[in-house]
This record gives sequence, structure tokens and C-alpha cells, in this order.
Amino acid sequence: MKTRLPPPPGRDWTVISLMLLVLLLIVASFASLPLKWREFFTLDAVRSTLELLAGFAPPELATPFLIKTGWAAVETMAMSALGTLLAVAAALLFSLPASGRMGRTARTAMRAMLNVLRSIPELVWAAILLIAAGLGPFGGTLALAAHTAGVLGRLFADALENAAPLPEQSLRTNGASASAAFFYATLPQTLPQMLSYTLYRWENNIRAAAILGVVGAGGLGQMLKYHLSLFQMQSAATVILAMLLLVAMVDGVSFALRRALTR
Amino acid sequence: MTTTLTSTHPDPAWRGRVAASVLALLLLWPMLVVTEFKPWLLLDWQSLSATGRFLADFLVPAHSSEFLLMLAEQTWQTVAIATAGLTLALIGAIPATLIINEQLSISRLGTGRMHPLARAVRQLVRWKMVLLRSVPELVWALLFVRIIGLGPTAGVLAIALTYCGMLGKVYAEILESSDARASNALLANGSGRLAALLYGALPEAAAELMSYTVYRWECAIRGSVVMGFVGAGGLGQRMDESMKMLAGAEVSTMLLVFVALVALADLFSKTLRRRLG
Repeated sequence: MKTRLPPPPGRDWTVISLMLLVLLLIVASFASLPLKWREFFTLDAVRSTLELLAGFAPPELATPFLIKTGWAAVETMAMSALGTLLAVAAALLFSLPASGRMGRTARTAMRAMLNVLRSIPELVWAAILLIAAGLGPFGGTLALAAHTAGVLGRLFADALENAAPLPEQSLRTNGASASAAFFYATLPQTLPQMLSYTLYRWENNIRAAAILGVVGAGGLGQMLKYHLSLFQMQSAATVILAMLLLVAMVDGVSFALRRALTR
Repeated sequence: MTTTLTSTHPDPAWRGRVAASVLALLLLWPMLVVTEFKPWLLLDWQSLSATGRFLADFLVPAHSSEFLLMLAEQTWQTVAIATAGLTLALIGAIPATLIINEQLSISRLGTGRMHPLARAVRQLVRWKMVLLRSVPELVWALLFVRIIGLGPTAGVLAIALTYCGMLGKVYAEILESSDARASNALLANGSGRLAALLYGALPEAAAELMSYTVYRWECAIRGSVVMGFVGAGGLGQRMDESMKMLAGAEVSTMLLVFVALVALADLFSKTLRRRLG
């Protein structure tokens, strides 16, 4: 008995060449990087690594240090909240030109600016802004605001562009001023969407704020960098645990909220 | 006429609005204190002159051929760190996915209940993935820089660990959310797990898996620049050094290169996803 098999699918050469390209990229990457595997896997390195890891073992749990860590966590939360708030204010302002309300050129220019704001990560912003704002949480707050303004500005502009235009038009034809028509017709339509974007970005910003301090911008990250550079591993372990706890808490709250809202 | 107007406020909800605003201000105050929010510091003469000089340098990006050559090398290193890290992550993530994936459970067939041992192993691997991805990549990088010293090795390992956790979890989710009938039929008829995966589950989910991997590669490029700031090599490390020397012209060029790199990776990943999706 001869089974009839369907004909095999034809070879897609573009996919094959893409795969070859990817393989080439991987090989080239490994070949060109000065990776120190040998040093990493010698007995000596393994021993020193284990020693370092053992140094973390009992996290520092003295009350004054815990209070200090707690304050750093509060600082992190405050940075993220304030940064998001500033970003929302800026994004609302930017989204007006970016949604094409002030002409095509303004729209293109503003979108390009938002793209630049967005494509530079928070940490790089923090490193730049530290020059102007000095060490401490203020620079971190501004950095979060700068990156988030780019993200939210674009999302808000898209929301405004997608809002139904008729309510605003009918207010305008009936003699309402431009600002009144915007505030009473278009903004209320987009507000729920903007709010959900904002909450989502806030969640992201808490995570970002926790590590932003690594370049000196306040919060838990700054503590971590400080204790790690002094080789105070037990203190560093406490800070890392605090970070994990903070992130887990945010994840839990947002998961619970989402479930409560979608039910 | 005027009396009726003044007796009812134009905004019927004004009490609530005022109360909410006052409450928001009360909440805002401690936050402003904690974050040391002092915008007037930006207008301080000393910081203003430093910033002014730094920004004035921005206008003419550094473009000596020597610097550009170094920059190209560092940019390639950034891409290489991301690629190598992601490759190592895949080596860890794919076996983990095979273990976690509940579609490939044979004891589940028929009864719908998994063997307790199988369930325990799955849960264990799942927890390991959670642990790997819940430590931010920057913290991994910071730790590895302490262990191995400055250089790209720390960045590669940090990306490998974090992305192993992420990819393992998401791969398992994608495979489990795909249509299980094909792999179930194969398993029920006595095929091996690997065959059931390759011929049953994978064809359903391949496009989605691929596009997620490419998206993660793009994220890894961004991550590897950021990790350079703690000394893990690549563009970020150079940027950090230039920033500390307040060399505005160099930072300006690097930012331009970085924005272009992200845009390019975005474009590349979009085309790749369209071709494969």
C-alpha cells in the first residue's frame, strides 16, 4: 500500500537567506567580542565568585539600615509618581501639535521630537540631566519625565487623532470657542484611554526608578551602587531584596487591579 | 435673572473638583520634598554655565575620523553584546520551555491530571525563570562587573540571564496558547514529546515565537547600551566616559548614533517580522 503524501512545501529562499544572515551575525558577534570565558571558568575565578556570592549571604537586617532602605524605596516611588505626573502634563501639551491641530509641519516636527525623547532610555537621560540637576533624585525625576513624555505624547496624540471628530465640530458650529469645544467634546472621549496609558507607564516607571540611581540619580539604585562599590555585599543584598519586593508588589497590585477592572 | 444664575454654580460638580485638587496638592507636597524637587537649581548660575557649555558643544557633533572609527567599533560591540547575550539566553530558554510546556505532558492525557512529580518539576523550573527575570538586567550587569571586571562579558551574561527568564516564560505561554489538538493527537497516538513539539505545536506557533524573539533582540540592543553605563562595554561605556568629561560634542554624536541604531534595529525587526510572520 502506497500512502499518498502531500507535496512538500517549496523552499522560501528569502527566509533561508535571512536565517543565514542571522547565523552570520551570531558567529560574528561571538568572534569579535573579547569575552573572558577562560578567566571566568578557571578554578580560581570560580572560587572568588563563590566567595563573593557567599558575602551576600545574611542580608543586613539592622533596623537603622532597614529604615534607610525603606526611605530609599519611598524616594523611588515618589520619583516615579512625580516623573509620570510631569510627563503627563508635558505629553498633554505636546500631543496638541502632534495630533495635527496646528498644521502638518507642526505635527511632523513635534512627532520627530517625541521620537527622539522616546528613543533615549531613562538611564541615558539621567546621565545627561545630572550635569544640569546635580546628583540626587531630582535629576532622576526629570529623566523619567523626559522619556515618559516622549512615550505618552505619542500615545496621547494618537488617541486624540482617533477620537470621533463630530462632537467637537458640532460644538464649534454652534458657536463654542475652540478651547471649550476641545475640553468638553474631545478630551472626555480620550480621557479613559489616556488614564490607562498613564497608569501603565507609571508601573514601568517604578521599575525604571528603582535602577535609575545606578548613575547617581537617587532612590534604591543609588544605594545599591554605593554599597556595591564599597564591597558591602550584605547591605547590597538587602537593597536588591527591597528592589525585588517593590517590583513584585507593583506587579501584584497591577495584576489585581487589571483583573478587578476587566471582570 | 442674575440671582438665579449666581445661586447655582455653572459647574455642578465644583465641590468634588476642588476637594480632589486640594487632596492632590496635599499628596504632592511630600513627594516634592522627598524627590528634592528644586527647579530653581537648574537656573543657578554655576549649573547654568556648565549646562550651557555642555549644550553649546552639542551643536557641532564630534566628527574626527578617528573618533568615528572608534564609535563604529563600539556600536558593533553593542550589537554583538545583544546578539551574543540573546543567543546564550536561547540556549537556556529553549530547554526550559520544553520542560515547562504543559501541552507536552503525557500523564495529563486522558485524565487531565498531571503526575505530581511532573507538576513539581514544572513549577520548580517556572520559579527559576521568575527569579532570573525579576532581577533587572542592570543589577545583573553591576554584579558581573564586580565579579569579572569591566568589559563586554558582564553585559553578555546579564542579558543572557534576564532574557533567559523572559523568553522561557513567554515561549511556554505562546506554545500553550496555541491550538493543542495537533500535538494532543500525536501524543495520544504514541509519538515522542520532541516529535509532538516539532510537528504538532511548533508549526502553530512558529511565527509568533520568531517575532517575539526579534522584538527581544531589539530590546537587548537598547539594554546593552544602558548596561554600558555601569561598565559592561559598548556604546554606553564610552558615552558614560564622555559625559563625565563633559565632552558635549562627543555625547552629541553618540546620541545621534544611538537614536539611529535603535531606529535601524526597529526597522530590521519590523521587516524580519513581516517576512516571517
